[in-house]
Parts: sequence; structure tokens; C-alpha cells
Amino acid sequence: MSPIVKRKGEKFTLPGKYLLFILTILCTAMVLLTFNTKVFSGPLSAVAGYLVVPFEEGISVVGSWLSGRSEELVQIRELLAQNEQLKQKVDELTIENTRLQQDRYELTNLRELYSLDAQYDEYEKTGARIIARDSGNWFYSFVINKGASDGIAVDMNVMAGSGLVGRVVDVGPNWAKVKSIIADDSNVSAMVLASADRMIVSGNLKLYASGVIEFGQLVDSDDVVVEGDKVVTSDISDKYLPGILIGYINTINRDANNLTKSGYITPAVDFEHLEEVLVIRQLKQNVPD
Amino acid sequence: MKRGIITAVLIFICFLLQCTVFRALAFGGIVPNLLIVLTASFGFMRGEKTGLLIGFFCGLLVDIFFASVIGFYALLYMYIGYMNGKFAQIFYPQDIKLPVALILCSDFLYGIGCYVILFLLRARFEFTYYLLHIILPEIVYTIAVTLLLYPLILWINTGLERSELRSGKKFV
Repeated sequence: MSPIVKRKGEKFTLPGKYLLFILTILCTAMVLLTFNTKVFSGPLSAVAGYLVVPFEEGISVVGSWLSGRSEELVQIRELLAQNEQLKQKVDELTIENTRLQQDRYELTNLRELYSLDAQYDEYEKTGARIIARDSGNWFYSFVINKGASDGIAVDMNVMAGSGLVGRVVDVGPNWAKVKSIIADDSNVSAMVLASADRMIVSGNLKLYASGVIEFGQLVDSDDVVVEGDKVVTSDISDKYLPGILIGYINTINRDANNLTKSGYITPAVDFEHLEEVLVIRQLKQNVPD
Repeated sequence: MKRGIITAVLIFICFLLQCTVFRALAFGGIVPNLLIVLTASFGFMRGEKTGLLIGFFCGLLVDIFFASVIGFYALLYMYIGYMNGKFAQIFYPQDIKLPVALILCSDFLYGIGCYVILFLLRARFEFTYYLLHIILPEIVYTIAVTLLLYPLILWINTGLERSELRSGKKFV
């Protein structure tokens, strides 16, 4: 007799293997559906967001408070000495600043004259706190505490300090998932600032420990790119805004094909101690000309 | 009902700890896999059905927050929970060797699954590197955490079973 036929007076139970079969089909269907589309991400991320995010936020606030206190104790003495030095520096810098402000005034005028595009420090940004990191050890992505209700959208670029961290790949109402540029499955179209030679910067799990990321497909026929050159996001990327600093060239090697070069880049961002990030609210797709 | 709520809370707490507190306590960037410990232990304590359901929900939570497609981790955790359920007949609460061995194998299978699907298929062939630097450290750390977490899970399960037995007797 079939195990799923219901007998009178007996409580209906579904055997494990049938349940496994049904859920396997469900999961496979979800994988296929979400591979290219974002069907489930709306309702699922909303429910999960309201359940999980408040707790994650609480834990991360407590955690950063504790680490902040312990660091403070260690650093007080160091800070006193530094304070003296910095006061002197402030005086020097104030003088320099007045001089630079005059230059800046001139620069603004000149920019207007040439109608140059605004640099990335003039994009509108939102600060956000990292509240959770990848639960596995294979990729490097994290969750921030701002979401669609704060105006965050998929593909917005994420920075920390002056360097590129990654981009938003998924949003819930009160959280957003950021895939970093050092994740193993991430590729960024980049260029060398000095010579505008284009390259592809890709993350690699094997290089996490050494603190560098890979680049490849650099066509540098004139041999002008050297170690220490600044690498920024390229103007042909359809996800990343142009001119955001990625890092500095660390090593550069000629490929076996003798046409292209590859090597390593030291990122401008310290991914180990990332706590707060800035989300640029401007999307590449709608940058005004 | 009571069991459902307590299990949900357990999944929730393990997920939160894994992606916040243990991230801060990570040794060399490696975090232990609490969700595997939870899935596997409920698998061999309660049977295939509980194992696969808990695995499914653990995986789904990971999928929503950290994966690029929904369903992959759910599938992986679900099968691990189901396979552990096959050992429910030879499980005795007094014995610690079988649980530790099963959790060790589960975490190893999880690592291999992740490597094959997420890395090998993208032409990352250095298996020995990933084995030595990701899979094995994760297993070691997970087993260390298991020695603390597993008695707690066992205690919760025994408590639940006892209270279910009591309320069952009351109504008969």
C-alpha cells in the first residue's frame, strides 16, 4: 500500500523522501528562476529583512562599541603625544589652506570654462554601516543597514574613504547586499590613470591573505605603465562610475602571449577592517552628459 | 508547536552569530559553520524529515542574504540534513563519537559541494589550495565549536522530548 494514502483516523504524514523530492524540485526551480531574474528577491528579502536586520544591527552596534572602547584605552597615551604634533601641523596647514583656497577658486572658474564633468567627490553619497558579513568562507560580500527605503538601488557603487569597495547587488527594504571587488567572482573594468590603458581587475580567493587583487588584459604597447601607478574605474564600465580609485599597481608581468600584461594591485581600501561605507547614489546608467 | 518555535529561534541565533560575532572572532578569515552543526545534529537526533527541513531553512536564510541565486545553499544544506537523518537509528545521546564524525563529514561534504559548484565550474582548478586553506581550517574550527554547541543542542532536544512525552501522557 502506498505510504501517502490516508487511512481513516490516522494523522496524515508525508514521508521524508517525498518531502525531499518536492523541496529539491522547488529549489531547482528557484535557482533557475533567480539566475537571471529577481522574482523572489522582493518578498523574501522584505520578510527576512524585517526579521533579521534589527538583530544584526544591534549586535554590530554593541560589537563596534566594545572594540572602540578597548582600542581607546590602548591609544590614549599615543594620542596625547600625537595631539601636540598635530597642533603644530594645524598651524602649518591653515596657512597652506588659505593659499590652496585661492587656487581652488581659480580651478572652479577654469572648470566652468571648460565645462568639465564633476569629479567623483561631488557625487551625492550616503553613509551606511556594515551589519553582517558572508556566512561562508568562499566569497566576500556583506550586508549594510540601508536599503530601498533609504534610496539605495541595485548597481549603486560603494566606497570607503577614497577607494572603491564594490557595488550593491541586492536590496531589501532596510538592507542591501554589497559584493566587494575582492570577491572571487567579481570583475571590474579599470584603467591606469596616467595613460588611460584599460584592464580587467578581478578578485581571487587565493590572494585574500596577501592583501592584493589581480589584474589582466592590460594592453600597454608603449611600456609606460609602471609599478605604483594609480588604477581607477574605467569610463567604459556599465556598472561603475568613472574615475573611482581602485588601488595602486604592485607587480606587473608580461603575459606569455607577449601582447598583454597582468599582475597585482594593492587596493586603496583596507577590507580587513571595514566598518562604515559610503554608497554613491548616482547610477552609471543615468549619469547626465 | 513549541518545538517549531524553539527550532526557528535556534536557526536564527546560529545564523546571526555566524555572520556577526564569529566574523569578528575569525582565525585567518575563517568562520565556523554553525548552521551545519545545527542541521546535522537535528538530522541524526530527530530523523530525515526534521534534518531536511532545518537544512532547507538554514540554507534559504544564507541564500537570501549572501548568495547570488536563491536555492543553491538551501539544496546543499537540505541534502546534508537528509543524509544525517539516515543515521538516526544508530544514534544514542550518550555517545559523542558518532555526532562529531557525522558533523565532520557533513562540513567536508559542504566544502566539496561549494568548491565543485561555485569554483570548479568557473575553471578554478587548484583544489589542493582550497582544501588546505578553506575546507580543512573550516572543519577544524567547526569541530572545535561543535564540542561547545552540540551538548547545548542535545540538552534542548532532550528537554523538548521530555516535555512532549509529559503533555502526551496528560491527554491520553
